[in-house]
Amino acid sequence: MGTGQQAPVDLSVRIGSLTIANPVMSASGCFGYGVEYAGMVDLSTLGAVVVKGLFLKEREGHPAPRIVETPAGMINAIGLQGIGVHRFISEKLPELRERRATVVVNVCGTTVDEYAEVSRILSDAEGVHALELNISCPNIKEGGIQFGCSLGGTHDVVSAVRKVTSLPIIPKLTPNVTDPASFARAAEAAGADAVSLVNTFLALAIDIESRRPKISNGMGGLSGPAIRPIAVRMVYECRQAVKIPVVGMGGIMNARDALEFMIAGATAVQVGTANFVDPLIWNTIVSGIGDYLTRHGIKSVDALIGSVDMGKH
Amino acid sequence: MPFDVAATVVANLALSHDYNVLALDAPQIAEAAIPGQFVMVKAATGHDPLLRRPFSVFEILRDASGRATGLSLLVKRIGVSTGLLYDAKPGDTIMCLGPLGQPFTLVDAPADGWMVAGGVGLAPVWTLAEALVARGVTTTLFYGARRNDELFYLDFFRTLGVELVLTTEDGSGGEQGRVIAPLERALAARPADQPVSLYACGPEGMLAATARTAAAFGRPCEVSVERIMGCGMGGCYSCVVPMKSEGGGFHHVRSCIAGPVLDAAQIVWD
Repeated sequence: MGTGQQAPVDLSVRIGSLTIANPVMSASGCFGYGVEYAGMVDLSTLGAVVVKGLFLKEREGHPAPRIVETPAGMINAIGLQGIGVHRFISEKLPELRERRATVVVNVCGTTVDEYAEVSRILSDAEGVHALELNISCPNIKEGGIQFGCSLGGTHDVVSAVRKVTSLPIIPKLTPNVTDPASFARAAEAAGADAVSLVNTFLALAIDIESRRPKISNGMGGLSGPAIRPIAVRMVYECRQAVKIPVVGMGGIMNARDALEFMIAGATAVQVGTANFVDPLIWNTIVSGIGDYLTRHGIKSVDALIGSVDMGKH
Repeated sequence: MPFDVAATVVANLALSHDYNVLALDAPQIAEAAIPGQFVMVKAATGHDPLLRRPFSVFEILRDASGRATGLSLLVKRIGVSTGLLYDAKPGDTIMCLGPLGQPFTLVDAPADGWMVAGGVGLAPVWTLAEALVARGVTTTLFYGARRNDELFYLDFFRTLGVELVLTTEDGSGGEQGRVIAPLERALAARPADQPVSLYACGPEGMLAATARTAAAFGRPCEVSVERIMGCGMGGCYSCVVPMKSEGGGFHHVRSCIAGPVLDAAQIVWD
């Protein structure tokens, strides 16, 4: 310590068969397809670029207004606007490969078969490193949350995708259930390599003058620092429930917040809303985690994960 | 490529109870910005308000040698974030990301450039007018506001050589009513063989009316739209505008990266 000679801290972590250089990923739906940021951010420096959710086909999503700011947070209902898996592979993936990004694709479906088909297509594409299964979007009528709010549905989607891919699969869990840990167990039993959580909390903001919702979809998903302590609790519960890695997210604004999730049990973290506020946040968080480990004499991230002491004060 | 600058407030000029002009020390952004582009700014240092807000670049500030030293924002106080910008003091720091988005398409003489602005929609017109005049384009500004004391910088535009057509809702300045009425008369009076391009920024209703009017007279029109925006970079898909698709229907474009300046004839106005 303090000699200036010590080896750099090893920030790499493993998610199934995938090793990523550091535990900080973009959160799906908060970083476009990654290429939008390539002029400002070296995409290869992120642990992984998790791109916007993809169905088989293009979707236009909901009309504006799609977001509203709330105390220390925001509610969104974008409606999973997206270019579909085929256009992603032809239009976005080549640039992501060229920029040496570790790419995780968020997979959406309105049926179990669609999840499996999108996953199969992506597994054949060069430059996709893992699949995150979106079974938790609160903002569309069909698909997503209908699987994520049922233990059987979660199992069905994960096992169907497991049959068609050898890529690591990471179901993204909703917080809009009483016991997220039971869904983590269902995902693990179905062959998931990790789980990620939390997606957004179903929420509503009303304009008191018009007595109408403030966004076009009515309800939406709450993200940002407002939700962080609940997300940390849920990540802790899932860490206790399963052996597979947990990817934690929910209102991470800086390295301190990321470390809190990791100490609660997150092997890696995703950053969403904070990227809207500060598109250059990635290096700040990664180097802040490294500085913390150095300061505490911790040699690798693994030693930190789930190290919270929940004994009574 | 956009720059993210911790910009120092160099001046804050209150124009009225609601409007102010905030001058920021942001030379890199000012040097790169072209008419129609915007910046994302955050005045609060904590998490409430959380997100940045989009603002058109108003003026490019220059030193005696003509070098860009910063930019100003035309701000209308509406909510908490704009309140912080209204109350900002010289020396305060404001995060400023830009320049962002697609600019106006500058027309060439002999076409005239007609600008249409409503209220705070004046913001992108300053640099647009300067650029058009510099190209030798004859320019007119149709400018509407609620009251006469909210028609700002008239002397600047007159000195630049911009013809002004003014309206106020209460009739306290210019013609009473909305800016569309004199615009329609001017378009009707203009011979078909004299080209003119329209540029508009203001409330959504004014933009839609300008688009309809331009289409009715077969004149090209660009509008600078305003949507609730999360990031300004294309990351969040919040700020979409429905655009006509080939063969019917529509598709959503992100106004932060496909706009904020869009071809009025391609927007699905409803």
